[in-house]
Amino acid sequence: MSDATIVILLLAAGTYCLKALGPIYFGNSRQLPIKFQEVALLLPTPLLAALVVTSAFSETSSLVFDARVVGLLAAAIALWKKLPFFIVVIIAAVATALWRLAFS
Amino acid sequence: MQENDSIRRAIRAQAVSIGLALAPFGLAFGALCAEAGISMWEALGFSALVFAGSSQFAAVSVLADDGTVIAAITAGLLLNLRSLAFGVSLAPSLKGSFIWRACISQLMIDESTAVASSQSSVENRRYGYLWGGISVFVLWNLMTLIGVSVLSETESIISDFGIDATIPAAFLGLIWGRLKDSTHRATATIGALIALILIPITPAGIPVIAAAGAIIWVRPWKLKKGADNE
Repeated sequence: MSDATIVILLLAAGTYCLKALGPIYFGNSRQLPIKFQEVALLLPTPLLAALVVTSAFSETSSLVFDARVVGLLAAAIALWKKLPFFIVVIIAAVATALWRLAFS
Repeated sequence: MQENDSIRRAIRAQAVSIGLALAPFGLAFGALCAEAGISMWEALGFSALVFAGSSQFAAVSVLADDGTVIAAITAGLLLNLRSLAFGVSLAPSLKGSFIWRACISQLMIDESTAVASSQSSVENRRYGYLWGGISVFVLWNLMTLIGVSVLSETESIISDFGIDATIPAAFLGLIWGRLKDSTHRATATIGALIALILIPITPAGIPVIAAAGAIIWVRPWKLKKGADNE
């Protein structure tokens, strides 16, 4: 079995448990501690921020600043201008592609 | 029931547009799989069985950077802890037989929760949850398939068309709405700094997992002044 297949099976099982615990175990009568809910809702923010950084600035465990930086900046401007998600992603790709075309 | 018909039409429109909005993200996921050398069936395995966008991206990003299986799974699971909170909050709207609840739980994602939560009645919440979840499920898997099969043909397509830049852009898009809130902004900044510092000194995957530590700084459990908390 490849590494990817192992990750798929175990991650799918774990993810499913997280998804299903609410509908299956908790009804109107049972409640998770409120503090845990707060942590669970805040947790994605630092993780996603870290994923922005790792997917934009890393290449096999080293810091790399390449044309992806241009794409990320373009995406930030597009988001700031309140453009739709679809457009934001396309702008990032186009900006990066043009930068590469011009400078490499 | 005329009025409810129009509510339901609005729910369906919302569900389909949210699915379409995620299309480029699905394409980017397929591209990432192609880049990481993951096969078409494995890419679809992620999209159908894991079915949690940011978790899938995180796990495959870790694998693409030669991270370990454990790091990939941990990163994916940490990102998906929120679906536990979603599930608990939506549970009252998702009643039914055990089998039914077990099946529809797979659709517990950000988007189905968002469509459901915008409704006030229990029936419409459930309707929104199902439409949101199914719409995203179908489009997500379709776009993953296109991404992995079309974009794996030539590896240079990914860099020539800047498709690798769609991934950080998509992550940024996902947290952008959260950044309006100062607590989230602080947590995001600290998380990003932790990752930036750790990238060159730890194995792949660790920077993302360690970024979770940012919430220790912000201490969300202290934010709400509860009765037991002063």
